[in-house]
Amino acid sequence: MYPEDLLYTREHEWIRASGGRGTVGITHFAQEALGDVVYVELPEAGFELRAGEPFGAVESVKSVSDLYAPVSGTVVEVNRELAGHPELVNQDPYGEGWMVVVAMADPAELEQLLSAAAYQDMLKEEG
Amino acid sequence: MELQRTPLYGLHRRLGAKMVDFGGFAMPVQYSGIAAEHRAVREAAGLFDASHMGEIGVRGPGAAAFLQWAVTADVGRLGVGQAAYSPVCLTTGGVLDDILVYRLGVEDYLLVVNAGNKDKDLAWLRERGRENVTVEDRSAEWALLALQGPRAAAVLGRVTGEPLDRIGYYRFRSGVPVAGVDCLLSRTGYTGEDGFELYCSPARAEGLFAALLAAGEDDGLVPAGLGARDTLRLEAALPLYGHELDEGTTPLEAGLDRFVSFAKGDFSGREALRRQKEEGAGKKLAGFELTGPGIARQGYALMQGGRQTGTVTSGTLSPTLGRAIGLGYVAPEHARPGTELAVVIRGRECAARVVPTPFYRRKKQGGE
Repeated sequence: MYPEDLLYTREHEWIRASGGRGTVGITHFAQEALGDVVYVELPEAGFELRAGEPFGAVESVKSVSDLYAPVSGTVVEVNRELAGHPELVNQDPYGEGWMVVVAMADPAELEQLLSAAAYQDMLKEEG
Repeated sequence: MELQRTPLYGLHRRLGAKMVDFGGFAMPVQYSGIAAEHRAVREAAGLFDASHMGEIGVRGPGAAAFLQWAVTADVGRLGVGQAAYSPVCLTTGGVLDDILVYRLGVEDYLLVVNAGNKDKDLAWLRERGRENVTVEDRSAEWALLALQGPRAAAVLGRVTGEPLDRIGYYRFRSGVPVAGVDCLLSRTGYTGEDGFELYCSPARAEGLFAALLAAGEDDGLVPAGLGARDTLRLEAALPLYGHELDEGTTPLEAGLDRFVSFAKGDFSGREALRRQKEEGAGKKLAGFELTGPGIARQGYALMQGGRQTGTVTSGTLSPTLGRAIGLGYVAPEHARPGTELAVVIRGRECAARVVPTPFYRRKKQGGE
């Protein structure tokens, strides 16, 4: 449920980094806590992300939750499928439910993020 | 504070419910998912635990007169076996609570109140009590299940011999055996569908819940949580205390005029409400739809012509309509259907339009 090749934030986003770019989404835990996702608000390509700051929002029937940037950088791609099929976030949070691809400004920021094991430890602590 | 549990807490956990705090109770917000549960109630039936609601007994020779003064609706002609919805207002006209009044006997009433308001309701009623009236907390005597949806009567008919077509809307029968459990069976609900509310002994609630689920399995009956209860009531534009109603809001502002009887004589809040009726309310509850993407939520600003005209009290993506809907207070001149508004969502203005409420109205099919 928490792939080893991803890095995680304390706010329940994940990033899959490779070659200066990173694909970002929300974790299994986050999608389950939200319940049925009905709308995902994402920035346009070109939007500048700043690590730790909100860049969009996920709306479920019941509630809304901000998306926090795991790293700084420029959005180069946005998952347009989510506009018509927000339920992909529930069904496949690490695959078809991805949200944006970011060209990282400083890949060293990745070191601040959590490994799969550390993220799961955090979930256990939060109980 | 330790969360209270309803008698169905263990069953909710076994059914895999996600639990949340509501009015001081650990309650199921969803089992399979809000959207699926919502759809089940609109198309088949859903079974809710509403045992967190408070029950207050008001009894004695003066009970009828006391309640006629305490609530805003005219309950003077309420017969035994009838129920009524009413706001309860402070002297200011602000809403203390919105409640159901059941007339169990000639001098015996049961008030069903919001969980989070029970303690202040009890205190308020007792302070104003009269010598020939007793007010007591009877919440521990009752569990409350709500069976709602177009298949509700069919499901219920399998586990009771009671002729259900004789129980009209806002009528009830006491001492009705349902799956062998003694129930107060009431044709009421909070979903905009036909349905029943079943009051029974807490000790028998789990057995009754399970028996109803089993009886309705082939009809598509599912357990439904507070999440679906909220989206269902919002589509039906039924107010929820803490959202559309509070002590700073009057029933007239909330559009509950038909539950305020100026003809019945004196009642708590009458003077303030009469004045407001003459002078006009400062705000009005309006239903709106978002015409672009985005979902309105409680607390978001409502704009008109670049200026804030009010605040959202409830909002969701309507599972039935597939559109983002909401309720909110606006200046009275902006409450008319067709008025163009904007909702401020995370700093951006999203276009919305005032629409007639309810957002959803069921097709009538007998039983009423």
